[in-house]
Amino acid sequence: MRLSIDHRTTYRFTKPQGRIVQLLRVTPGNTHDQTVAEWHISVDCDARLREHRDGFGNRTTMLYAEGPLDRLEIAVSGEVVTSHSDGVLHGTFEPLPPAVFLRSTPVTDAGEVLAGFAHRMTEGHSPLGALHALNRALHERFALDKGRPEPGLTVDDAFARDTATPRDLAQMFVACARSLDIPARYVTGYCDLQDGRRPTPHGWADGWVEGIGWIGFDPTLALSPEEHHVRIAVALDAAGCAPVAGSRLGEGEECLDVEVRVSGQ
Amino acid sequence: MGTQAFDEIMGAGGQDGARPELADLCRWLDETPPDELRRRQHSAETTFRQLGITFAVYGESEASERIIPFDIVPRIFLADEWERLSAGLIQRVEAINAFLVDIYGERRILKEGVLPADLILGNPQFRPEVAGIRPPHDVWAHICGIDLVRTGPDEFFVLEDNARTPSGVSYMLENREAMVRLCPELFAKFRVAAVDSYPDMLLETMKSVAPRGCGQNPNCVVLTPGHYNSAYYEHSFLADSMGIELVEAADLVVDDDVVFMRTIAGRVKVDVIYRRVDDDFLDPLVFRPDSMLGVPGLIAAYAAGNVAILNAPGNGIADDKAIYSYMPEIVKFYSGGAPTLPNVETYRCREPDALRYVLDHLDELVVKLVDGSGGYGMLVGPTASRAEIERFRAALIAEPHRYIAQPTLALSTVPTLVEQGVAPRHVDFRPFLLTGSRGVQVVPGGLTRVALREGSLVVNSSQGGGTKDSFVLLPEHARGGGMTQAMGGMTQTIGGGLA
Repeated sequence: MRLSIDHRTTYRFTKPQGRIVQLLRVTPGNTHDQTVAEWHISVDCDARLREHRDGFGNRTTMLYAEGPLDRLEIAVSGEVVTSHSDGVLHGTFEPLPPAVFLRSTPVTDAGEVLAGFAHRMTEGHSPLGALHALNRALHERFALDKGRPEPGLTVDDAFARDTATPRDLAQMFVACARSLDIPARYVTGYCDLQDGRRPTPHGWADGWVEGIGWIGFDPTLALSPEEHHVRIAVALDAAGCAPVAGSRLGEGEECLDVEVRVSGQ
Repeated sequence: MGTQAFDEIMGAGGQDGARPELADLCRWLDETPPDELRRRQHSAETTFRQLGITFAVYGESEASERIIPFDIVPRIFLADEWERLSAGLIQRVEAINAFLVDIYGERRILKEGVLPADLILGNPQFRPEVAGIRPPHDVWAHICGIDLVRTGPDEFFVLEDNARTPSGVSYMLENREAMVRLCPELFAKFRVAAVDSYPDMLLETMKSVAPRGCGQNPNCVVLTPGHYNSAYYEHSFLADSMGIELVEAADLVVDDDVVFMRTIAGRVKVDVIYRRVDDDFLDPLVFRPDSMLGVPGLIAAYAAGNVAILNAPGNGIADDKAIYSYMPEIVKFYSGGAPTLPNVETYRCREPDALRYVLDHLDELVVKLVDGSGGYGMLVGPTASRAEIERFRAALIAEPHRYIAQPTLALSTVPTLVEQGVAPRHVDFRPFLLTGSRGVQVVPGGLTRVALREGSLVVNSSQGGGTKDSFVLLPEHARGGGMTQAMGGMTQTIGGGLA
């Protein structure tokens, strides 16, 4: 499948900014089932861009821009060719052992209630079966929240609600898997099965099964990511692989507008 | 217990007179009236107060600033003792560096099963954010302070490795200056190795690890969290004595993966940063996003090989208390030989058998939090109250993996000036080691901390400990006339030099 992606992030500032430094995680890598045919990052001001790889193996870009800036637009676009994979990852760049992804973070630390849920939903299953069961159980339990995720929401608080965003579903998935001693990580990327949602970068999860490797799970869709998904970055939680981590020097407020278009052929 | 302790001046016997090499110190103590010693000590402390060498006591409701009490009686290492100790220290620091290179690189030590992988990979001190980065010249632990205790002439045990941002070196330097000024006669009796070249050694170390291509004179700075930090005096003191800039995060900018310092004359490129800021507060884009102390883009500049950071981010995994108990295996793995400097025997409470033993012997053991420091969250069994022991018992049962326990050692004592005169008090020792691109150097001196309360084994400054000067004697065959002290000045130099 050929997916073309257009991802525009626009910051507007109420007061001009002196300097902006951002760490962008917006560039997909090649895997066995994902080939990046074309990829561009363009910025609407005089900015210097530097390519890196972070400790998780993600491709990152440092952006340095001098002010005064009252807006900043980052336009990412490209084409990625994907193939059918049954959700099993092959040929990803993996600098870290899976056991690193057993650790929790402040927002993905499953409390008693969530860990109890994970345990009940997966009793008697093999690790692979448990991951599939979790994926279904989370999908069934929550109505999809099509709004913007709430910054810093913990998995325990998310679990107490009736609706959940794709980010929270994926974070609950990784928290549950880790509580069962299964390495799991958060994945950001794009997906063309938007189902009427406000288009944003998508979030799902990977779980590790000994003997098979990393396998993708998308609790928003209750299936394993297939050729409709383009992987960008992985980390311990959503904040760790957010498309933009930024810092600005200047007063005032910022207003963020994100526009994503993914179309498959 | 205190009665069996080895006294570093008097030897094991106690009453039978001093160790022969140190008889001169005994004579000095006998000849100098306690009131005179007290007057000198008071004078030193007045100077420290004027200089502002204070520290903030954590956990007190009002942020109080205190000076650490200074004791006028020095502690002395004989030349051959020091030589043997140094070899062990160098071996340990080389192993720490090799461990860090490996753990953030190939992870051979995990693949070969020498350490349990979960202990490293699940440890918050292992920072995946810096995995794969190679610091300039592959040096990670540039400045180490290794905390030691002693139980006999050549019996040293490592209590703790400090491979992040060990502090205390300013006390080593200021204590020596005070001693040279107040007790010049001691420097005539003993040929003491100078420590005042420490700032030069540190600057040399910094320059040696500058990224390639920085030229002959790389730009080095000291990065401090600011004057609210308890060690701010030391940060400014070191920057000052090295003749380099003391900067805060707001003074640094990163552009195009290069670090610059803002100056009135515009931006100046920075090549080497001696940071006294914790990892969490280095770069808000990579570590804590809420950090106001960090420099956005610093880790990118570091990963690009454009700046050296001392000590390297991620070092906490090497001096973590949970890793400590495996240090003998780590040293053996990388050095290929047996460790010269042993650890204190350590019970890992994460292991059920060890936990059972610890719970049965709480009144004999020292119990420590693996993620605590500064003497907080510590139980000293033999001197603890019933209630304290029971509080720790409950904590241990609830979260055993957070604790280790060690036997209480008969820590060595050194004569110390107390209210009743001169009496033995327990001490520990923190020597400093510098690692640059040309290898490891031991600074001939260090920070001696002394537990001023009779019988006490807790030397932490936050818990009523004091400091002493630590003399390292030069070997007999050292050329030259030994020490020449600059008269009336604030410096001391070695006349001649080491053979």
